[in-house]
Amino acid sequence: MSDIETPFQQELGARDLADPREAEATHHEHPSAKEYIRIALILAVLTALEVATYYIDVGPLLVPTLFGLAVVKFALVVMWFMHLKFDSPTYARFFLMGLAGAATLYLIVLITFRVFLVE
Amino acid sequence: MADLAIDSQHGASGAHDEHATSTGLPNTKLAMWMFLASECMLFGALISTYVLYRGSSQTGPYPADVYDIPYTSVSSFVLLASSLTMVLALASAQKRDIVRMRLWLLATAMLGLTFVGGQVYEFTSFYDEGLSISTNLFGSTFYVLTGFHGVHVTVGILMLLSLVGFSTADRLPDDAAFPVEMVGLYWHFVDIVWIIIFTVVYLIPSPAPAPA
Repeated sequence: MSDIETPFQQELGARDLADPREAEATHHEHPSAKEYIRIALILAVLTALEVATYYIDVGPLLVPTLFGLAVVKFALVVMWFMHLKFDSPTYARFFLMGLAGAATLYLIVLITFRVFLVE
Repeated sequence: MADLAIDSQHGASGAHDEHATSTGLPNTKLAMWMFLASECMLFGALISTYVLYRGSSQTGPYPADVYDIPYTSVSSFVLLASSLTMVLALASAQKRDIVRMRLWLLATAMLGLTFVGGQVYEFTSFYDEGLSISTNLFGSTFYVLTGFHGVHVTVGILMLLSLVGFSTADRLPDDAAFPVEMVGLYWHFVDIVWIIIFTVVYLIPSPAPAPA
């Protein structure tokens, strides 16, 4: 293979070709079982709050509240159960690329079709 | 610079074939995250389609006529609980406690089966109430979205049971944590998709039906 480095290789340049296991081991340890249970309890409470919000009349705050709770639950699962908080940021970049791409594309589609327009 | 990927000796644990990589990260795990990123596009399209056609049905049944929020809330708790058992399976695998790992994997699969069973019951009751995939726009978008999610859960259950089977047959690598982590990533992704579906489809009320 050529000795010329591509920009991607240069970006990665600081890292040697290494055993992935060792590279993974340089990152933080995954949480303990107790921490997993604590996160699961928080998720259960947030879900209960979501369901309660559905039954309580909070007027125009309903949608923002439900979205806020869903985003917090989403982030907790991704960061703690899927370990993005502890693993290499490269995984987070890959995932966020897809997530942000999808969110941007479909928001544009929905805005184009005036879904958020209150008549 | 040397080749992007070169062969190397297996790790000291004699585990799976994980080669040295230019990123220093396992390619399998990177590929899994890329796959999950692409899945965001798929479910984004299905959720957007549901949102786009909310309140556009000309005939009933409408969401308010068929949804049973307490029932679906229990299903959501079941899927959340399965995410906990999945990470406990991973924690056991990392401690090389294979017996507990199998138990937690089986518990996850059982919770997944409970969720899918609940979804089948929900679909059946909706159908009995007159909502089929071709009844109206609500039926079409609802069944396609939640059906795709249900298929993903089913695939996850098959992967979990395969892991248990391979483990019982002693065909998992010495470091069983890696395959368990990969299946776990997929399983948690299915869970986060449900978090969004539960909010957007079930909890946010649909606008009033369009006049005929």
